[in-house]
Amino acid sequence: MTELTHMRPASMSSAAARFDLVPFAIFAAFAAAPFLASASGAEGYVLSLLTRVMIFGIAAMSLDLILGYGALVSFGHAAFFGIGAYAVGILASHGIEDALVQVPVALAASAFFAAVTGAISLRTKGVYFIMITLAFAQMLYFLASSLAAYGGDDGLTLPARSLVAGSGLLESDYALYGTTLACLLGAYILLRAVVASRFGRVLRGTKENITRMEAIGFQPFSFQLAAYVISGMIAGLAGCLLANQAEFVSPAFMTWQRSGELIFMVVLGGLGSLHGAIVGAAAFLLLEEFLPEILHAASFFLSDDLRWRLTENWQMVFGPILILIVLFARGGIMGLLRRGHHG
Amino acid sequence: MAEPLLELRGLRKTYGAIVVTDDVNLSVRSGELHAIIGPNGAGKTTLIHQISGSLNSDAGQVLFDGEDVTQLPMHRRVLRGLARSFQITCILPAFSALENVALAVQARSGSSFRFFGDAARERALNEAAMEYLSMVGLAPRARVAGGLLSHGEKRQLELAIGLATQPKLLLLDEPLAGTGHEESLRVVETLQKLKGRITIMLIEHDMDAVFSLADRISVLVYGRVISTDTPERIRANEEVRAAYLGEEEVV
Repeated sequence: MTELTHMRPASMSSAAARFDLVPFAIFAAFAAAPFLASASGAEGYVLSLLTRVMIFGIAAMSLDLILGYGALVSFGHAAFFGIGAYAVGILASHGIEDALVQVPVALAASAFFAAVTGAISLRTKGVYFIMITLAFAQMLYFLASSLAAYGGDDGLTLPARSLVAGSGLLESDYALYGTTLACLLGAYILLRAVVASRFGRVLRGTKENITRMEAIGFQPFSFQLAAYVISGMIAGLAGCLLANQAEFVSPAFMTWQRSGELIFMVVLGGLGSLHGAIVGAAAFLLLEEFLPEILHAASFFLSDDLRWRLTENWQMVFGPILILIVLFARGGIMGLLRRGHHG
Repeated sequence: MAEPLLELRGLRKTYGAIVVTDDVNLSVRSGELHAIIGPNGAGKTTLIHQISGSLNSDAGQVLFDGEDVTQLPMHRRVLRGLARSFQITCILPAFSALENVALAVQARSGSSFRFFGDAARERALNEAAMEYLSMVGLAPRARVAGGLLSHGEKRQLELAIGLATQPKLLLLDEPLAGTGHEESLRVVETLQKLKGRITIMLIEHDMDAVFSLADRISVLVYGRVISTDTPERIRANEEVRAAYLGEEEVV
Protein backbone atom coordinates (compact mmCIF):
# COMPACT_ATOMS: atom_id res chain seq x y z
CA MET A 1 0.00 0.00 0.00
CA THR A 2 2.96 2.31 0.38
CA GLU A 3 2.98 3.27 -3.30
CA LEU A 4 -0.50 4.67 -2.84
CA THR A 5 0.55 7.21 -0.26
CA HIS A 6 3.29 8.44 -2.57
CA MET A 7 1.05 8.92 -5.55
CA ARG A 8 1.60 12.30 -7.11
CA PRO A 9 -1.24 14.65 -6.34
CA ALA A 10 -2.36 15.36 -9.86
CA SER A 11 -3.51 18.90 -10.51
CA MET A 12 -7.13 17.90 -10.82
CA SER A 13 -9.91 19.93 -9.36
CA SER A 14 -11.92 17.12 -7.79
CA ALA A 15 -10.52 14.84 -5.16
CA ALA A 16 -12.94 12.15 -6.26
CA ALA A 17 -11.43 11.81 -9.71
CA ARG A 18 -7.98 11.46 -8.21
CA PHE A 19 -9.09 8.63 -5.99
CA ASP A 20 -10.40 6.56 -8.82
CA LEU A 21 -6.76 5.50 -9.13
CA VAL A 22 -6.87 3.67 -5.82
CA PRO A 23 -9.15 0.84 -6.96
CA PHE A 24 -7.03 0.42 -10.09
CA ALA A 25 -3.94 0.14 -7.94
CA ILE A 26 -5.65 -2.42 -5.69
CA PHE A 27 -6.73 -4.66 -8.55
CA ALA A 28 -3.39 -4.28 -10.33
CA ALA A 29 -1.63 -5.37 -7.14
CA PHE A 30 -3.88 -8.43 -6.79
CA ALA A 31 -3.38 -9.29 -10.47
CA ALA A 32 0.40 -9.02 -10.19
CA ALA A 33 0.68 -10.92 -6.89
CA PRO A 34 0.62 -14.51 -8.30
CA PHE A 35 3.65 -13.74 -10.47
CA LEU A 36 5.53 -12.48 -7.44
CA ALA A 37 4.26 -15.44 -5.45
CA SER A 38 5.84 -17.94 -7.80
CA ALA A 39 9.14 -16.08 -7.48
CA SER A 40 8.98 -16.05 -3.69
CA GLY A 41 9.31 -19.81 -3.32
CA ALA A 42 6.38 -20.01 -0.89
CA GLU A 43 3.67 -19.70 -3.47
CA GLY A 44 1.17 -21.98 -1.75
CA TYR A 45 1.31 -19.88 1.37
CA VAL A 46 1.22 -16.51 -0.40
CA LEU A 47 -1.63 -17.53 -2.69
CA SER A 48 -3.78 -18.93 0.09
CA LEU A 49 -3.20 -15.86 2.26
CA LEU A 50 -4.08 -13.45 -0.54
CA THR A 51 -7.08 -15.53 -1.58
CA ARG A 52 -8.35 -15.19 1.98
CA VAL A 53 -7.71 -11.45 1.87
CA MET A 54 -9.78 -11.13 -1.29
CA ILE A 55 -12.60 -13.31 0.11
CA PHE A 56 -12.83 -11.13 3.19
CA GLY A 57 -12.60 -8.12 0.89
CA ILE A 58 -15.73 -9.31 -0.93
CA ALA A 59 -17.60 -9.83 2.35
CA ALA A 60 -16.44 -6.52 3.82
CA MET A 61 -17.43 -4.70 0.62
CA SER A 62 -20.89 -6.23 0.75
CA LEU A 63 -21.19 -5.04 4.33
CA ASP A 64 -20.07 -1.58 3.22
CA LEU A 65 -23.14 -1.36 0.96
CA ILE A 66 -25.51 -1.44 3.94
CA LEU A 67 -23.16 -0.01 6.58
CA GLY A 68 -21.37 2.69 4.63
CA TYR A 69 -24.15 3.69 2.26
CA GLY A 70 -27.24 2.77 4.26
CA ALA A 71 -26.05 3.32 7.86
CA LEU A 72 -27.38 -0.11 8.81
CA VAL A 73 -25.04 -1.62 11.38
CA SER A 74 -25.50 -5.33 10.80
CA PHE A 75 -23.70 -7.27 13.50
CA GLY A 76 -24.55 -10.59 11.94
CA HIS A 77 -22.94 -10.43 8.55
CA ALA A 78 -20.81 -13.53 9.16
CA ALA A 79 -24.06 -15.53 9.02
CA PHE A 80 -23.94 -15.16 5.23
CA PHE A 81 -20.36 -16.43 5.23
CA GLY A 82 -21.72 -19.49 7.00
CA ILE A 83 -24.67 -19.92 4.65
CA GLY A 84 -22.41 -19.80 1.59
CA ALA A 85 -19.87 -22.15 3.14
CA TYR A 86 -22.43 -24.66 4.41
CA ALA A 87 -24.23 -24.67 1.05
CA VAL A 88 -20.97 -25.87 -0.47
CA GLY A 89 -20.19 -28.27 2.39
CA ILE A 90 -23.62 -29.85 2.71
CA LEU A 91 -24.16 -30.25 -1.02
CA ALA A 92 -20.65 -31.69 -1.42
CA SER A 93 -21.30 -34.24 1.33
CA HIS A 94 -24.31 -35.40 -0.70
CA GLY A 95 -22.18 -35.73 -3.79
CA ILE A 96 -23.23 -32.50 -5.45
CA GLU A 97 -19.85 -30.97 -6.00
CA ASP A 98 -20.41 -28.66 -8.93
CA ALA A 99 -20.16 -24.94 -8.24
CA LEU A 100 -22.80 -24.35 -10.91
CA VAL A 101 -25.28 -25.90 -8.48
CA GLN A 102 -23.64 -24.93 -5.19
CA VAL A 103 -23.28 -21.22 -5.89
CA PRO A 104 -26.89 -20.62 -7.03
CA VAL A 105 -28.13 -22.58 -4.00
CA ALA A 106 -25.87 -20.53 -1.73
CA LEU A 107 -27.08 -17.27 -3.27
CA ALA A 108 -30.73 -18.30 -3.03
CA ALA A 109 -30.32 -19.40 0.61
CA SER A 110 -28.52 -16.14 1.46
CA ALA A 111 -31.21 -14.09 -0.26
CA PHE A 112 -33.93 -15.99 1.59
CA PHE A 113 -32.24 -15.60 4.97
CA ALA A 114 -31.61 -11.90 4.29
CA ALA A 115 -35.18 -11.28 3.17
CA VAL A 116 -36.71 -12.97 6.20
CA THR A 117 -34.36 -11.65 8.88
CA GLY A 118 -34.11 -8.26 7.18
CA ALA A 119 -37.88 -7.85 7.05
CA ILE A 120 -37.95 -8.35 10.81
CA SER A 121 -34.72 -6.53 11.77
CA LEU A 122 -35.41 -3.46 9.65
CA ARG A 123 -38.49 -2.72 11.70
CA THR A 124 -36.13 -1.79 14.50
CA LYS A 125 -33.56 0.98 14.59
CA GLY A 126 -30.18 1.79 16.07
CA VAL A 127 -28.93 -0.48 18.80
CA TYR A 128 -31.97 -2.75 18.47
CA PHE A 129 -31.10 -3.40 14.85
CA ILE A 130 -27.55 -4.29 15.90
CA MET A 131 -28.82 -6.69 18.57
CA ILE A 132 -31.40 -8.38 16.40
CA THR A 133 -29.01 -8.99 13.50
CA LEU A 134 -26.56 -10.41 16.05
CA ALA A 135 -29.30 -12.65 17.46
CA PHE A 136 -30.22 -14.05 14.05
CA ALA A 137 -26.59 -14.79 13.27
CA GLN A 138 -26.10 -16.52 16.62
CA MET A 139 -29.20 -18.57 15.94
CA LEU A 140 -27.65 -19.81 12.74
CA TYR A 141 -24.34 -20.44 14.51
CA PHE A 142 -26.00 -22.69 17.08
CA LEU A 143 -28.02 -24.40 14.36
CA ALA A 144 -24.79 -25.23 12.50
CA SER A 145 -23.18 -26.44 15.74
CA SER A 146 -26.04 -28.83 16.29
CA LEU A 147 -25.97 -30.33 12.79
CA ALA A 148 -24.42 -33.62 13.87
CA ALA A 149 -24.76 -35.06 10.38
CA TYR A 150 -22.56 -32.27 9.06
CA GLY A 151 -19.86 -32.32 11.71
CA GLY A 152 -21.60 -30.28 14.40
CA ASP A 153 -19.13 -28.23 16.39
CA ASP A 154 -16.11 -29.76 14.67
CA GLY A 155 -17.18 -28.75 11.21
CA LEU A 156 -16.99 -30.59 7.96
CA THR A 157 -13.99 -31.31 5.76
CA LEU A 158 -14.69 -31.00 2.05
CA PRO A 159 -13.78 -34.09 0.00
CA ALA A 160 -12.39 -31.75 -2.64
CA ARG A 161 -12.84 -28.25 -3.96
CA SER A 162 -15.92 -27.52 -6.02
CA LEU A 163 -16.00 -28.65 -9.62
CA VAL A 164 -16.79 -26.14 -12.33
CA ALA A 165 -19.06 -27.70 -14.96
CA GLY A 166 -17.57 -31.08 -14.09
CA SER A 167 -13.91 -30.06 -14.31
CA GLY A 168 -11.59 -29.93 -11.35
CA LEU A 169 -10.29 -26.55 -12.38
CA LEU A 170 -10.25 -25.07 -8.87
CA GLU A 171 -7.87 -27.73 -7.56
CA SER A 172 -5.10 -25.45 -8.75
CA ASP A 173 -4.36 -22.70 -6.23
CA TYR A 174 -3.76 -20.32 -9.10
CA ALA A 175 -7.19 -21.03 -10.57
CA LEU A 176 -8.87 -20.49 -7.20
CA TYR A 177 -6.93 -17.27 -6.81
CA GLY A 178 -8.01 -16.12 -10.27
CA THR A 179 -11.63 -17.07 -9.64
CA THR A 180 -11.62 -15.18 -6.36
CA LEU A 181 -10.06 -12.14 -8.02
CA ALA A 182 -12.74 -12.28 -10.73
CA CYS A 183 -15.45 -12.43 -8.05
CA LEU A 184 -13.86 -9.52 -6.19
CA LEU A 185 -13.75 -7.44 -9.36
CA GLY A 186 -17.27 -8.47 -10.34
CA ALA A 187 -18.65 -7.61 -6.90
CA TYR A 188 -16.82 -4.29 -6.95
CA ILE A 189 -18.18 -3.31 -10.38
CA LEU A 190 -21.70 -4.45 -9.44
CA LEU A 191 -21.72 -2.57 -6.13
CA ARG A 192 -20.18 0.52 -7.72
CA ALA A 193 -23.05 0.54 -10.24
CA VAL A 194 -25.68 -0.07 -7.55
CA VAL A 195 -24.39 2.76 -5.38
CA ALA A 196 -24.53 5.27 -8.25
CA SER A 197 -27.91 4.08 -9.55
CA ARG A 198 -31.33 5.48 -8.75
CA PHE A 199 -31.69 2.76 -6.15
CA GLY A 200 -28.32 3.60 -4.62
CA ARG A 201 -29.19 7.26 -4.45
CA VAL A 202 -32.34 6.49 -2.48
CA LEU A 203 -30.32 4.23 -0.17
CA ARG A 204 -27.76 6.99 0.41
CA GLY A 205 -30.63 9.36 1.07
CA THR A 206 -32.03 7.12 3.80
CA LYS A 207 -28.62 7.21 5.47
CA GLU A 208 -28.71 11.01 5.49
CA ASN A 209 -32.27 11.64 6.61
CA ILE A 210 -35.07 9.06 6.76
CA THR A 211 -37.83 11.60 7.44
CA ARG A 212 -36.87 13.64 4.39
CA MET A 213 -36.99 10.52 2.22
CA GLU A 214 -40.49 9.68 3.45
CA ALA A 215 -41.53 13.28 2.92
CA ILE A 216 -40.63 13.08 -0.76
CA GLY A 217 -42.50 9.84 -1.21
CA PHE A 218 -40.08 6.97 -0.62
CA GLN A 219 -40.65 4.08 1.72
CA PRO A 220 -37.15 3.56 3.16
CA PHE A 221 -37.94 0.03 4.35
CA SER A 222 -38.24 -1.52 0.89
CA PHE A 223 -34.99 0.03 -0.29
CA GLN A 224 -33.14 -0.99 2.85
CA LEU A 225 -34.47 -4.52 2.56
CA ALA A 226 -33.38 -4.82 -1.07
CA ALA A 227 -29.92 -3.54 -0.13
CA TYR A 228 -29.78 -6.05 2.72
CA VAL A 229 -30.61 -8.90 0.35
CA ILE A 230 -28.01 -7.80 -2.24
CA SER A 231 -25.44 -7.46 0.51
CA GLY A 232 -26.28 -10.87 1.97
CA MET A 233 -26.02 -12.60 -1.40
CA ILE A 234 -22.58 -11.16 -2.10
CA ALA A 235 -21.40 -12.20 1.36
CA GLY A 236 -22.87 -15.65 0.64
CA LEU A 237 -20.73 -15.86 -2.48
CA ALA A 238 -17.71 -15.00 -0.33
CA GLY A 239 -18.74 -17.91 1.92
CA CYS A 240 -18.65 -20.34 -1.04
CA LEU A 241 -15.15 -19.15 -1.85
CA LEU A 242 -14.04 -19.40 1.79
CA ALA A 243 -15.20 -23.03 1.98
CA ASN A 244 -13.17 -23.81 -1.12
CA GLN A 245 -10.13 -21.94 0.09
CA ALA A 246 -10.16 -23.66 3.49
CA GLU A 247 -11.50 -26.98 2.06
CA PHE A 248 -13.32 -27.04 5.34
CA VAL A 249 -16.58 -25.66 6.76
CA SER A 250 -17.31 -24.97 10.40
CA PRO A 251 -19.65 -23.01 12.66
CA ALA A 252 -16.64 -20.85 13.51
CA PHE A 253 -17.16 -19.13 10.14
CA MET A 254 -20.17 -17.36 11.57
CA THR A 255 -19.27 -16.48 15.12
CA TRP A 256 -20.13 -13.00 16.29
CA GLN A 257 -16.41 -12.27 16.49
CA ARG A 258 -16.25 -12.81 12.75
CA SER A 259 -19.14 -10.38 12.23
CA GLY A 260 -17.30 -7.88 14.40
CA GLU A 261 -14.12 -8.34 12.36
CA LEU A 262 -16.04 -7.59 9.18
CA ILE A 263 -17.37 -4.35 10.66
CA PHE A 264 -13.86 -3.54 11.79
CA MET A 265 -12.44 -4.10 8.31
CA VAL A 266 -14.97 -1.72 6.78
CA VAL A 267 -14.34 0.97 9.39
CA LEU A 268 -10.58 0.43 9.21
CA GLY A 269 -10.54 0.89 5.44
CA GLY A 270 -13.01 3.76 5.45
CA LEU A 271 -16.79 3.63 5.36
CA GLY A 272 -18.69 4.20 2.18
CA SER A 273 -16.05 3.87 -0.51
CA LEU A 274 -16.26 0.12 -1.37
CA HIS A 275 -12.54 -0.21 -2.19
CA GLY A 276 -11.86 1.03 1.33
CA ALA A 277 -13.41 -2.21 2.57
CA ILE A 278 -10.93 -4.22 0.48
CA VAL A 279 -8.04 -2.17 1.84
CA GLY A 280 -9.42 -2.64 5.35
CA ALA A 281 -9.70 -6.42 4.93
CA ALA A 282 -6.15 -6.58 3.58
CA ALA A 283 -4.75 -4.42 6.38
CA PHE A 284 -6.55 -6.43 9.06
CA LEU A 285 -5.60 -9.88 7.80
CA LEU A 286 -2.02 -9.03 6.87
CA LEU A 287 -1.42 -7.33 10.19
CA GLU A 288 -2.90 -10.35 11.96
CA GLU A 289 -0.62 -12.62 9.93
CA PHE A 290 2.63 -10.74 10.17
CA LEU A 291 2.44 -8.88 13.46
CA PRO A 292 4.11 -11.72 15.44
CA GLU A 293 7.07 -11.71 13.05
CA ILE A 294 7.25 -7.94 13.02
CA LEU A 295 7.22 -7.87 16.82
CA HIS A 296 9.89 -10.54 16.96
CA ALA A 297 12.14 -8.57 14.65
CA ALA A 298 11.47 -5.23 16.29
CA SER A 299 12.18 -6.45 19.82
CA PHE A 300 15.78 -7.53 19.17
CA PHE A 301 16.98 -5.46 22.12
CA LEU A 302 14.94 -7.46 24.64
CA SER A 303 15.99 -10.63 26.37
CA ASP A 304 15.05 -13.87 24.65
CA ASP A 305 12.42 -14.63 27.26
CA LEU A 306 10.64 -11.26 26.97
CA ARG A 307 10.92 -11.39 23.21
CA TRP A 308 9.27 -14.76 23.11
CA ARG A 309 6.47 -13.62 25.39
CA LEU A 310 5.83 -10.50 23.35
CA THR A 311 5.64 -12.51 20.15
CA GLU A 312 3.39 -15.08 21.79
CA ASN A 313 0.98 -12.36 22.98
CA TRP A 314 0.99 -10.34 19.78
CA GLN A 315 -2.72 -9.63 20.17
CA MET A 316 -1.88 -7.32 23.06
CA VAL A 317 -0.26 -5.10 20.45
CA PHE A 318 -2.78 -5.80 17.68
CA GLY A 319 -5.74 -4.45 19.66
CA PRO A 320 -4.18 -1.10 20.56
CA ILE A 321 -2.95 -0.63 16.97
CA LEU A 322 -6.50 -1.05 15.69
CA ILE A 323 -7.85 1.33 18.32
CA LEU A 324 -5.24 3.94 17.43
CA ILE A 325 -6.04 3.72 13.73
CA VAL A 326 -9.75 4.18 14.36
CA LEU A 327 -9.16 7.02 16.83
CA PHE A 328 -6.66 8.99 14.84
CA ALA A 329 -7.50 8.13 11.27
CA ARG A 330 -11.10 9.24 10.91
CA GLY A 331 -12.39 7.90 7.65
CA GLY A 332 -10.06 4.91 7.99
CA ILE A 333 -7.11 4.23 5.74
CA MET A 334 -8.85 5.87 2.77
CA GLY A 335 -9.36 8.97 4.89
CA LEU A 336 -5.69 8.95 5.77
CA LEU A 337 -4.73 8.79 2.09
CA ARG A 338 -7.03 11.68 1.30
CA ARG A 339 -5.53 13.82 4.04
CA GLY A 340 -2.04 12.97 2.81
CA HIS A 341 -2.95 14.50 -0.53
CA HIS A 342 -4.26 17.71 0.89
CA GLY A 343 -1.33 18.46 3.06
CA MET B 1 -67.15 27.87 -4.62
CA ALA B 2 -64.39 25.47 -5.51
CA GLU B 3 -64.35 21.93 -4.17
CA PRO B 4 -62.36 21.53 -0.95
CA LEU B 5 -59.04 19.89 -1.75
CA LEU B 6 -58.40 19.01 1.86
CA GLU B 7 -61.04 18.38 4.42
CA LEU B 8 -60.50 17.57 8.09
CA ARG B 9 -63.42 16.02 9.92
CA GLY B 10 -63.38 15.84 13.70
CA LEU B 11 -59.63 15.35 13.82
CA ARG B 12 -58.29 14.57 17.27
CA LYS B 13 -54.97 13.83 18.93
CA THR B 14 -54.29 13.37 22.61
CA TYR B 15 -51.19 12.66 24.64
CA GLY B 16 -52.53 11.15 27.83
CA ALA B 17 -54.89 13.71 29.30
CA ILE B 18 -53.62 16.52 27.10
CA VAL B 19 -55.77 17.19 24.06
CA VAL B 20 -53.48 18.58 21.37
CA THR B 21 -55.88 18.51 18.46
CA ASP B 22 -59.45 18.92 19.57
CA ASP B 23 -62.17 18.02 17.10
CA VAL B 24 -60.72 20.03 14.23
CA ASN B 25 -62.97 20.59 11.23
CA LEU B 26 -61.35 22.48 8.43
CA SER B 27 -61.50 22.65 4.68
CA VAL B 28 -58.90 24.01 2.31
CA ARG B 29 -60.23 25.03 -1.08
CA SER B 30 -58.42 24.19 -4.25
CA GLY B 31 -56.10 27.03 -5.26
CA GLU B 32 -56.19 29.04 -2.06
CA LEU B 33 -53.42 29.95 0.33
CA HIS B 34 -54.79 29.00 3.69
CA ALA B 35 -52.84 30.16 6.74
CA ILE B 36 -53.08 28.68 10.20
CA ILE B 37 -52.15 30.98 13.04
CA GLY B 38 -52.32 30.62 16.76
CA PRO B 39 -50.30 31.15 19.90
CA ASN B 40 -47.36 28.91 20.75
CA GLY B 41 -48.47 25.46 21.80
CA ALA B 42 -51.78 25.75 19.96
CA GLY B 43 -51.04 22.46 18.16
CA LYS B 44 -50.29 23.83 14.70
CA THR B 45 -47.33 21.58 14.00
CA THR B 46 -49.17 18.56 15.41
CA LEU B 47 -51.97 19.30 12.98
CA ILE B 48 -49.52 19.39 10.06
CA HIS B 49 -48.04 16.08 11.26
CA GLN B 50 -51.51 14.56 11.27
CA ILE B 51 -52.39 15.88 7.83
CA SER B 52 -49.08 14.77 6.29
CA GLY B 53 -49.22 11.39 7.97
CA SER B 54 -46.11 11.52 10.13
CA LEU B 55 -48.39 11.23 13.14
CA ASN B 56 -51.48 9.04 13.51
CA SER B 57 -54.76 10.61 14.53
CA ASP B 58 -56.78 9.23 17.43
CA ALA B 59 -60.09 10.05 15.81
CA GLY B 60 -61.48 11.81 12.79
CA GLN B 61 -60.76 11.79 9.10
CA VAL B 62 -58.39 13.42 6.65
CA LEU B 63 -59.97 13.68 3.22
CA PHE B 64 -57.65 14.66 0.42
CA ASP B 65 -58.77 15.19 -3.15
CA GLY B 66 -62.06 13.45 -2.38
CA GLU B 67 -60.47 10.36 -0.82
CA ASP B 68 -59.98 9.27 2.77
CA VAL B 69 -56.22 9.17 3.40
CA THR B 70 -56.41 8.91 7.21
CA GLN B 71 -54.80 5.45 7.25
CA LEU B 72 -52.12 6.06 4.62
CA PRO B 73 -48.47 6.45 5.67
CA MET B 74 -46.68 9.69 4.80
CA HIS B 75 -44.88 8.43 1.69
CA ARG B 76 -48.15 7.27 0.13
CA ARG B 77 -49.81 10.62 0.80
CA VAL B 78 -46.86 12.39 -0.82
CA LEU B 79 -47.32 10.38 -4.00
CA ARG B 80 -50.96 11.51 -4.06
CA GLY B 81 -49.85 15.11 -4.03
CA LEU B 82 -49.71 16.04 -0.38
CA ALA B 83 -46.24 17.44 0.32
CA ARG B 84 -44.88 19.21 3.36
CA SER B 85 -41.94 21.16 4.68
CA PHE B 86 -40.67 20.98 8.22
CA GLN B 87 -40.37 23.52 10.99
CA ILE B 88 -36.88 22.24 11.70
CA THR B 89 -34.90 22.14 8.48
CA CYS B 90 -35.01 18.68 6.99
CA ILE B 91 -32.71 18.15 4.02
CA LEU B 92 -29.99 15.72 2.95
CA PRO B 93 -26.88 17.57 4.13
CA ALA B 94 -24.29 15.58 2.16
CA PHE B 95 -26.20 15.83 -1.11
CA SER B 96 -25.81 18.88 -3.32
CA ALA B 97 -28.79 21.23 -3.54
CA LEU B 98 -29.40 19.88 -7.04
CA GLU B 99 -29.36 16.27 -5.88
CA ASN B 100 -31.69 17.05 -3.00
CA VAL B 101 -34.25 18.23 -5.52
CA ALA B 102 -33.41 15.66 -8.20
CA LEU B 103 -34.17 12.90 -5.71
CA ALA B 104 -37.64 14.36 -5.17
CA VAL B 105 -38.12 14.51 -8.95
CA GLN B 106 -36.96 10.90 -9.16
CA ALA B 107 -39.66 9.88 -6.66
CA ARG B 108 -42.26 11.03 -9.15
CA SER B 109 -40.71 9.80 -12.39
CA GLY B 110 -40.52 6.08 -12.86
CA SER B 111 -39.30 3.30 -10.61
CA SER B 112 -36.43 3.86 -8.26
CA PHE B 113 -35.70 0.13 -8.19
CA ARG B 114 -33.17 0.62 -10.97
CA PHE B 115 -29.81 -0.79 -10.02
CA PHE B 116 -27.79 0.36 -13.02
CA GLY B 117 -27.17 3.67 -14.73
CA ASP B 118 -25.74 6.73 -13.05
CA ALA B 119 -28.66 8.57 -11.44
CA ALA B 120 -26.60 11.74 -11.02
CA ARG B 121 -26.28 11.96 -14.81
CA GLU B 122 -29.94 11.53 -15.68
CA ARG B 123 -30.58 14.71 -17.60
CA ALA B 124 -34.36 14.66 -17.28
CA LEU B 125 -34.09 14.56 -13.49
CA ASN B 126 -31.39 17.22 -13.29
CA GLU B 127 -33.11 19.61 -15.68
CA ALA B 128 -36.39 19.43 -13.81
CA ALA B 129 -34.54 19.85 -10.51
CA MET B 130 -32.77 22.91 -11.88
CA GLU B 131 -36.11 24.47 -12.78
CA TYR B 132 -37.41 24.08 -9.26
CA LEU B 133 -34.19 25.55 -7.88
CA SER B 134 -34.56 28.56 -10.19
CA MET B 135 -38.14 28.94 -9.04
CA VAL B 136 -36.99 29.53 -5.46
CA GLY B 137 -33.93 31.53 -6.54
CA LEU B 138 -31.36 28.92 -5.61
CA ALA B 139 -30.05 27.98 -9.07
CA PRO B 140 -26.61 29.59 -8.57
CA ARG B 141 -26.08 27.39 -5.51
CA ALA B 142 -27.07 24.12 -7.19
CA ARG B 143 -23.67 22.45 -6.74
CA VAL B 144 -23.25 23.37 -3.09
CA ALA B 145 -23.82 20.64 -0.50
CA GLY B 146 -27.14 21.08 1.30
CA GLY B 147 -25.44 21.16 4.68
CA LEU B 148 -23.23 24.08 3.64
CA LEU B 149 -26.07 26.39 2.60
CA SER B 150 -27.07 29.26 4.86
CA HIS B 151 -30.15 28.78 7.01
CA GLY B 152 -32.30 30.87 4.71
CA GLU B 153 -31.05 29.00 1.67
CA LYS B 154 -31.94 25.72 3.35
CA ARG B 155 -35.50 26.98 3.81
CA GLN B 156 -35.59 27.85 0.10
CA LEU B 157 -34.17 24.43 -0.73
CA GLU B 158 -36.91 22.76 1.29
CA LEU B 159 -39.45 24.69 -0.66
CA ALA B 160 -37.89 23.53 -3.94
CA ILE B 161 -37.89 19.91 -2.71
CA GLY B 162 -41.55 20.21 -1.77
CA LEU B 163 -42.40 21.64 -5.18
CA ALA B 164 -40.45 18.90 -6.95
CA THR B 165 -42.83 16.28 -5.56
CA GLN B 166 -45.48 17.97 -7.74
CA PRO B 167 -47.92 18.54 -4.90
CA LYS B 168 -51.54 19.52 -5.22
CA LEU B 169 -51.31 20.76 -1.66
CA LEU B 170 -48.13 22.03 -0.04
CA LEU B 171 -48.06 22.14 3.75
CA LEU B 172 -45.51 24.69 4.92
CA ASP B 173 -44.55 24.62 8.59
CA GLU B 174 -43.04 28.01 9.42
CA PRO B 175 -41.00 28.50 6.25
CA LEU B 176 -39.76 31.85 7.58
CA ALA B 177 -38.61 30.57 10.98
CA GLY B 178 -35.10 31.76 11.72
CA THR B 179 -34.52 33.49 8.39
CA GLY B 180 -32.99 36.92 8.08
CA HIS B 181 -34.93 39.90 6.75
CA GLU B 182 -33.80 39.61 3.12
CA GLU B 183 -34.08 35.85 3.03
CA SER B 184 -37.60 36.02 4.38
CA LEU B 185 -38.49 38.59 1.71
CA ARG B 186 -37.23 36.17 -0.92
CA VAL B 187 -39.31 33.30 0.48
CA VAL B 188 -42.41 35.52 0.64
CA GLU B 189 -41.78 36.57 -2.93
CA THR B 190 -41.54 32.91 -3.98
CA LEU B 191 -44.78 32.09 -2.17
CA GLN B 192 -46.41 35.07 -3.87
CA LYS B 193 -45.41 33.58 -7.23
CA LEU B 194 -46.69 30.12 -6.30
CA LYS B 195 -49.97 31.40 -4.98
CA GLY B 196 -52.83 30.40 -7.20
CA ARG B 197 -50.74 27.78 -9.00
CA ILE B 198 -50.84 25.29 -6.16
CA THR B 199 -52.85 25.10 -2.99
CA ILE B 200 -50.82 26.02 0.06
CA MET B 201 -51.47 25.57 3.74
CA LEU B 202 -49.15 27.84 5.65
CA ILE B 203 -48.26 27.91 9.31
CA GLU B 204 -46.38 31.06 10.16
CA HIS B 205 -45.69 33.38 13.08
CA ASP B 206 -44.71 36.33 10.91
CA MET B 207 -48.06 38.15 10.85
CA ASP B 208 -47.04 40.60 8.14
CA ALA B 209 -46.30 37.67 5.83
CA VAL B 210 -49.49 35.83 6.81
CA PHE B 211 -51.79 38.80 6.26
CA SER B 212 -50.18 39.75 2.96
CA LEU B 213 -50.24 36.21 1.55
CA ALA B 214 -53.29 34.41 2.88
CA ASP B 215 -56.66 34.13 1.16
CA ARG B 216 -58.16 32.72 4.32
CA ILE B 217 -56.89 32.29 7.83
CA SER B 218 -57.82 29.75 10.48
CA VAL B 219 -57.05 30.49 14.10
CA LEU B 220 -56.05 27.56 16.26
CA VAL B 221 -56.12 27.91 20.04
CA TYR B 222 -55.47 24.97 22.38
CA GLY B 223 -56.13 22.52 19.57
CA ARG B 224 -59.43 24.08 18.52
CA VAL B 225 -60.19 26.09 15.41
CA ILE B 226 -61.91 29.15 16.84
CA SER B 227 -62.39 30.95 13.54
CA THR B 228 -61.80 30.63 9.80
CA ASP B 229 -62.21 33.75 7.68
CA THR B 230 -60.61 36.29 5.37
CA PRO B 231 -57.62 38.23 6.71
CA GLU B 232 -59.66 41.43 7.14
CA ARG B 233 -62.33 39.79 9.22
CA ILE B 234 -59.81 37.82 11.29
CA ARG B 235 -58.01 41.04 12.09
CA ALA B 236 -61.25 42.49 13.42
CA ASN B 237 -62.39 39.35 15.23
CA GLU B 238 -62.82 39.90 18.98
CA GLU B 239 -62.35 36.28 19.93
CA VAL B 240 -59.05 36.12 18.03
CA ARG B 241 -57.81 39.29 19.66
CA ALA B 242 -58.73 37.88 23.04
CA ALA B 243 -56.83 34.68 22.38
CA TYR B 244 -53.67 36.51 21.44
CA LEU B 245 -54.00 39.16 24.11
CA GLY B 246 -54.81 36.53 26.68
CA GLU B 247 -51.58 34.76 25.89
CA GLU B 248 -49.57 37.92 26.18
CA GLU B 249 -51.03 38.66 29.60
CA VAL B 250 -50.00 35.23 30.83
CA VAL B 251 -46.50 35.74 29.46
